[in-house]
Amino acid sequence: MKVTEIVEKLNLKVFSGKEGLNNEVTNGYTSDLLSDVMGHADAGNAWITLQTHKNVMAIASLKDLSAVILVKGFEPEEDMAAQSNEEGIPVLGTSEEAFTISGKLYGMLQK
Amino acid sequence: MMHFEFHVEGGNFTKAGAASSQLKKILKQLNVDPKIIKRIVVALYEAEVNVVAHAFQGDIFIDIDTEKIGIKLVDQGPGIADIELAMQKGYSTASSSVREMGFGAGMGLPNIKNNSDELKITSEVNVGTTVEFVTYLNQ
Ligand SMILES: Nc1ncnc2c1ncn2[C@@H]1O[C@H](COP(=O)(O)OP(=O)(O)O)[C@@H](O)[C@H]1O
Ligand SMILES: [Mg+2]
Repeated sequence: MKVTEIVEKLNLKVFSGKEGLNNEVTNGYTSDLLSDVMGHADAGNAWITLQTHKNVMAIASLKDLSAVILVKGFEPEEDMAAQSNEEGIPVLGTSEEAFTISGKLYGMLQK
Repeated sequence: MMHFEFHVEGGNFTKAGAASSQLKKILKQLNVDPKIIKRIVVALYEAEVNVVAHAFQGDIFIDIDTEKIGIKLVDQGPGIADIELAMQKGYSTASSSVREMGFGAGMGLPNIKNNSDELKITSEVNVGTTVEFVTYLNQ
């Protein structure tokens, strides 16, 4: 499933990284611990988190993640958004909590 | 045989991961197996972040030949008094501000171990730490 489809179906905000809206989302990974994501997320995963700083994009890029979804209305810091644009990895947003949005994404990706 | 060096500034989180990103590009150009690239990137990122989070500064030395990739990080910093303890999952002395950013979960050294074929850490308290790891290319 493409990032654009999850944006539409989950009604997500697109903060940055529009060039990557056609990235393929293979699965999701929900965590706020950077080493956890570094060690265990897989390429193509959409990363659900409340972390809003630039290091998130460094990890997303190193791990070839498809997108980052910020929960609970959090917005990316300026340098996070800038790096998201450079890397073409979208930063998306939702007002929902990690549990809820993870559940919805999981349901969509199982179909 | 190829050799690369990078400098790492302690405390500067905005640049954390820069060397890992460079090495990833180099290994891609060299057509290294993507699975091996993934492991090396995880290990180097964690080692790089440890210099940023825990030391004053450090240098990274990378040697690539046809059989293996050897990476050595030499830092000047507080050193590690008990390396065995530091290796334990969940052990961290990271500050609360570093933890708030999502670093400091105590999973960095375990990640390096899991993503390298050989790991050697030596350290002298109040001098610095040397982390060396090797990844074999043909397995
Ligand atoms: N380069 C280093 N210099 C000094 N101490 C270090 C270094 N690397 C690791 N350590 C020590 O080992 C601990 C565990 O490291 P790690 O597993 O990467 O977890 P974290 O970095 O999340 O704390 C650190 O909290 C720190 O006390
Ligand atoms: Mg660490």
